Amino acid sequence: MGNKVIKKYLTELLSKDKREDGRTLDSYRDIKIEVNPIIRANGSAKVTIGKTEVLVGVKLDVGEPFPDTPNQGVLISNAELLPLASPKFESGPPRPPAIELARVVDRGIRESKMIDLEKLCIKEKEKVWMVFIDIYPLNDDGNLFDASALGALIALKNAKMPKYDEKEEKVIYEELTKEYLPLTEEPVLCTFYKIGSSIFLDANKKEENEIDCRISIAVTKKNTIAAMQKGEFGTFTEKEINSLIEKAIQKSKELRKFIK
Amino acid sequence: MGGTSTEKLVIKNKRLDGRKLNEMRKLSIKAGIIPNADGSAELALGETKVIAAVYGPREVLPKHLQKQDRAYLECIYDMASFSTPERNRPGPSRRSVEISKVITEGLAPAIFLEKYPKTKIDIYLEITNANAGTRCAAMTAAAVALADAGIEMRDLVASIASGKVDGQLALDLAQKEDNFGEADVPIAVMPRTKEITLLQMDGDLTKEELQKIIQMNLKACDEIYKVQKQALKNSYKGASKNGE
Amino acid sequence: MDKIYVKDRDIVVPGDLLAEGLNYLPSGKAFRENEKIFASTIGLINIKGRVIKVIPLAGKYMPKKDDIVVGRVIGISHHGWQIDINSAYNADLNVGEGVSEYIDLNKTNLSKYFDIGDYMLAGIINISESKFVKLTAKNRPYKKLAGGNIIEVSPTKIPRIIGKQGSMIKMLKEESGCNVAVGQNGWIWIKGIPENEAIVARIIKTIEAESHTTGLTDKIKETLKKEIKRGGK
Repeated sequence: MGNKVIKKYLTELLSKDKREDGRTLDSYRDIKIEVNPIIRANGSAKVTIGKTEVLVGVKLDVGEPFPDTPNQGVLISNAELLPLASPKFESGPPRPPAIELARVVDRGIRESKMIDLEKLCIKEKEKVWMVFIDIYPLNDDGNLFDASALGALIALKNAKMPKYDEKEEKVIYEELTKEYLPLTEEPVLCTFYKIGSSIFLDANKKEENEIDCRISIAVTKKNTIAAMQKGEFGTFTEKEINSLIEKAIQKSKELRKFIK
Repeated sequence: MGGTSTEKLVIKNKRLDGRKLNEMRKLSIKAGIIPNADGSAELALGETKVIAAVYGPREVLPKHLQKQDRAYLECIYDMASFSTPERNRPGPSRRSVEISKVITEGLAPAIFLEKYPKTKIDIYLEITNANAGTRCAAMTAAAVALADAGIEMRDLVASIASGKVDGQLALDLAQKEDNFGEADVPIAVMPRTKEITLLQMDGDLTKEELQKIIQMNLKACDEIYKVQKQALKNSYKGASKNGE
Repeated sequence: MDKIYVKDRDIVVPGDLLAEGLNYLPSGKAFRENEKIFASTIGLINIKGRVIKVIPLAGKYMPKKDDIVVGRVIGISHHGWQIDINSAYNADLNVGEGVSEYIDLNKTNLSKYFDIGDYMLAGIINISESKFVKLTAKNRPYKKLAGGNIIEVSPTKIPRIIGKQGSMIKMLKEESGCNVAVGQNGWIWIKGIPENEAIVARIIKTIEAESHTTGLTDKIKETLKKEIKRGGK
């Protein structure tokens, strides 16, 4: 449920190419990255965009492959919208917004083939590495999509494989090797938000509460598009989409500078 | 408790992480770290890390939980999936539900709940990295977050767990000591009045040992109390300068 | 013996001992336990003679009689409106306190006066023991707040945003050309041209964040002048 007074104010303000926090329509808030803050995780990252803060952890385990991909590792992404992070979040099993967030982040990673899953096969049909990406927003001040995707990317990049005892067929969780995950790509997610006829990047919560729609675009290092997702009730024109694809490619170069 | 380790946990009065038997791990607390929350705190006790957020007093939903004469208090203790050696499946477990309950009951005596009738005070405690003593670390952080939220309190609550390792009493157990030690005793106390608000115990201890551990814990809580107060004062230190 | 342990403008936290002896009186967020006086919240000490007051530095808005608040309509019933006042307690605005003229409740749709989502400046006329809050909005300065921008600040920072004898808020209005209504509940309404509504919102957030700095009014005035010029009237 939006706020009609604030919606009207934001629509007018954005139509004049202005934002309440003084940014231009195509700029992000300050971005800060902390690499591997969680000792227990194989890899982790804390991403801060303005007042939005997301903690992402990567855990590795050994399990059975899916029957249709017997020689490939398994990627599982999950997001927990903890009530700790916003007065709007409720405790309980993940609801549609949490599931969408995890799936949009997952799609960019999966479709860009960021992780070389075949290299994660230990024994075909029987044992493969499983990569768990867990996304925990700590403070939701808008644009969890881009913050979470960047966090997942950096956590994966810094994740070290735990030791695997082949004789005992057991993972020794507390012993990390020096080996990193086999990675081939670095997909960056850019999400555009629309209020009225204005389209802008990196919505803060006050803006995000009033949006008509949004679109997330995952861009690879080769400047190809790996995944997209349009969300909420409003619409985009073909012309808008074409221009946003172009803008996402440009903007992804800027975001790449934060990858550590 | 009850596991067996081939490893000696205490050698010449030194523990695996180099601490003396009566030495607490390094404790640091920062208040006011989650802008959306009404109060919050981040705490590190050695490698154990917890984030606490307080929302409220706010409207009670669903309404039938409303109490006419005081606030309804609820703490939720949760472990992040990546906080443990093996991935911990997200969501509540029987363990986390019990811990949430005893934490709620351990914080309630410190809060003037009667000043906030018909409202709800929510405390969310997230363990982001676990190395034993998580429920105590969570309570210590929760008390700071409550004060940071401006909620009226009789006192803060400080908490620590000690136990018995390799036949000796040890303050503030770390993971291996907790897993393979002989006993574990978590305590929470209002340091000003010395009223104990949480006490659990598992293992095997004599009366004398148990009394000694309680005494050890209470003494450590006095130190924790100082760190809690300092964290709050640091967070608001600008306020004492005269504005106009 | 009577003894005092704090001085003016000290920061105290819950449980801090402030004074001993029946000669001293607790005020604000301070409480007595037998002979001793303690703080119940994080706060600032203010001593006036025998009275030791703790002024809270944090906390959600708790409604008090005679407070002026910015409220938002969240429900309409047969006899009036239900208002969100940024508190755990919602407030009631009865028809008779919302509108001066006579209304035939059987023939009138109350949304024509205040609709869902509308904001208003209102006064708290009563709060019962069981926390039922009653508002009035029919006489000046109370009014419907049409259009504009709404922001939220900590209720503990409201006195700073208003300034001594209203100096800060007066300056904000004059320099920006915006109309501003400040609620003690932490909601602030700003009405002008959208660019200036945004600038004033940003400036008030700065005041909130830097409320302890000295000479803030002058500093803010300078920034505001620069911003308004840049933003273009």
